[in-house]
This record gives sequence, C-alpha cells and structure tokens, in this order.
Amino acid sequence: MAAHEPTAPKGGRAKGELEAEVLDALQHAAPEALSPGEVKDRLGGGLSYSTVVTALSRLYAKGLLKRSLRGRAFAYTPVADDSGLAARQMRKVLDDRPDREAVLTRFVDDLSADDEQLLRKLLDTGQ
Amino acid sequence: MRFAVYLPLLFPLLAALAARPLGERLPPRLATWLLTVAAVVLAAASSLVLGMLAITGLIRFPLLAELAHGRWSAQVAQHHDPASLSVGLLAGALLTAAATAAGVALWRRVRTLVAAAAEAACLPGPDELVVVEDPAAEAYAIPGLPGRIVVSTGMLEALDANEHKILLAHERAHLAHHHYLFVAVVQLAATANPLLRPLADTVTYTVERWADESAATVIGDRRQVAHTVGKAALAAKRARAHTWIPTAALGILGRFSQAGPGPVPRRVAALLAPPLRNRPLPLAGILAVLAASTVCAAEAAHDLELLLELAKHGASHR
Repeated sequence: MAAHEPTAPKGGRAKGELEAEVLDALQHAAPEALSPGEVKDRLGGGLSYSTVVTALSRLYAKGLLKRSLRGRAFAYTPVADDSGLAARQMRKVLDDRPDREAVLTRFVDDLSADDEQLLRKLLDTGQ
Repeated sequence: MRFAVYLPLLFPLLAALAARPLGERLPPRLATWLLTVAAVVLAAASSLVLGMLAITGLIRFPLLAELAHGRWSAQVAQHHDPASLSVGLLAGALLTAAATAAGVALWRRVRTLVAAAAEAACLPGPDELVVVEDPAAEAYAIPGLPGRIVVSTGMLEALDANEHKILLAHERAHLAHHHYLFVAVVQLAATANPLLRPLADTVTYTVERWADESAATVIGDRRQVAHTVGKAALAAKRARAHTWIPTAALGILGRFSQAGPGPVPRRVAALLAPPLRNRPLPLAGILAVLAASTVCAAEAAHDLELLLELAKHGASHR
C-alpha cells in the first residue's frame, strides 16, 4: 500500500528529534494510551502514518514504551513515570558521547581490586 | 633563531614530569588553576614556535617567497636561518596535526556540553537534585544552566543523612566552581600538544580534590568526607552488577592506565592527612618554566621578524 511506504520525515526533522516529539506527545496523553493514528494527529506537520509507526517501534525497542492491543493496532504509553524515563533517556543520550566522562563529574570513580584493598586499609586505620 | 625556538618544545616535558607531584602537594584549588594555565601557555608557546619553524621552512621555496606579499628572497632566508628545510616541513606537519586534533576536540566538547545542558534542563522536577530509581550506587553533577545533581536510589541507600550532605556539597562544588571548564580547557591543550597529557590527567584528579575540600569546609570535618568517599566507592563497586555506565566506555575514557593507586584511595588518603598549604618553591618553579617558555617564544618571534625583514631587503636589492 502506498500509504505504508516509508517516507522521509518532513521539514528536515532528524530521527531522534521525531522520537523525542512522539515521546512528548505520549507523556502528555499519559495515562491514556495512544494509537499511531492519534500520535500522528497530535504531531501534525504532514507526517506519514508509517513514519510515526517507525518512531513508535523504535522507542518500543529501546524499552521506553509499553503497548497493548486496541482493536487492530497497538496503543502506546510511556513505560515509566517522568523521572525514570528522563533517567533512561539521559543515559542513552550521553552514553553515545565519547567525552561523556569528562563532562559529568562523578562522585566516585571505579575501584580496581588493588584500590579496594588499599581503601579498606585506609578507612580501617583512619577510624 | 637558533636555540630559543626549540625550548618551548621541550618545556612541556618538564611540566609533564612535575604535574603529578604538584597535584599531590599543592592545595587542590591552586593546583587546578596552575596546571590549567600552564597547559594553555605551554600549548600556545609550542604551537607558536612550530608555526614559526614552518614559516622559515616554507619561505625557502622561491615560489612561496614570491607569492608572499613582501616578496621575500629565498636565498637570503636560506643564508640567515640555521633551521633546515626538513625541520620546517616537520614542524608544519606537526602543527597541522595539532590544529586539526584540537579543532575536532573543541567541536566535540562543545557539543557534549550543549547536550549535557539540554539534559540538565530536561531532568524532571524544579530542584537542583534529581533522584533516579536505580539500584546501582551512582552520583554525578551534570553541567548546565543551572547544572543538576543526579543521585541514584542505590547511592542514597548506601549513605546516611550526614553523608548525603557531604555528597551534595561535593557535587555542588563541582558545579559552582565550573570544574568541567577546567577539565575541558586542559584536555584541549593536551590534544594540541600530547606531551601535556599528564597535566590533563592531574587536573581531572585535582578538581575532585577541590570538591572534596569544599565539602569538608561545608561540613567542617575532613575525616567524615574521607569516610563518605570511601563508603560510596565501595558501595558503587558492590552494585557494579547493575551498572548503568558501560564499563567498556569507562575503560577507554575515564581511566588511563597508570602505575600506583587510583584516584579514590588517593583522595581518601589526602583527606585523612593534614591539609596542604601553599608551597612557594614548586609554585615558583612552574611559574619560571612558564615565563621562560613565553620569553623564548617571543624571542623566536622577534628573530623571525628580523629574518623576514632581511629576506624582504634581499628581494628589493636583487
């Protein structure tokens, strides 16, 4: 069917950007689940049905959405509350960055086996 | 331009040898500033002399000398400059590589900082602190406008109320003093001149020490901060099974294989030892290296100017 042919996103929208918008629409609708058609209507902007389905499937594959069968199509809801979702998204976005570690200042670095032994000794004598 | 021009290429080696001892012996705030400024000055001076060596190499080519607006004489340049053509070409190649690497690194870091700021803005809730549901014991500050502090429930469970305060004070210090900028600047300098890498590694350590000491000032007890850092590191290690940061990525980025103990035991040991005081001698030493590097680069620039003048003269009297 012609309508189900994958089409390039309109307006130069990048793949990740569309996914973020889809996620946003679902979060606004939560707890109500949305079908791909409903997501498409909410986003507007001349998106094709199949583009929306692709974005939804990708988000589903990433574990960000859950779905249930409604009629003949799936309806989607975000998988977690806001903070859980944000945390997952953040992990994904920043994990991709090669210099992530240099930007996030972690409270404690990883310990090697030697470090762990040394640390225990320090803490024992430091009592 | 005989001798002075090569010295700024050697000074980074001195600074690299001194970096780690300075990081351990100077108060962390001073060490961070000193090493960051040193890295920038030394990287700039070494790039500058590479550029000057490259120019003296290039004006030997009669064609290039003709093309230059002053119409320099290639013969005169050859006569009066001892640096060989191969040195000039090598310098040009090194400078091109350094500039390219630094440009790529700068672009990448700016993008990561922008991404981090976007994430910080998108994190849920109005507060600086964001608690995420995760059994792994993890805590970090994410820079932004404003920056946010992310702590996992695993980390909160591993520490008591007073230790939570210490953790927050540490991460707040990172954000308040813009430690990510120091790290970005010194790493950029090390990309432009890889000899400066030990300075960058030391600064990533001294900003942690700086935040530890800030937390100790807030809490009023360095020993408690030492214990909190140690406890958190051991808890993080225990919960590693549920890690949320791929360890492969950490292996490449966070840690460089180094002899001796890692950063966490060193931080704890430093907090258990008496506080460090300013030491004028090593401070004066590094400042002397910086001054010498600047003077040599300026001297070389002056020589180059004279050489170009001579070459110009030679061309007009031909």
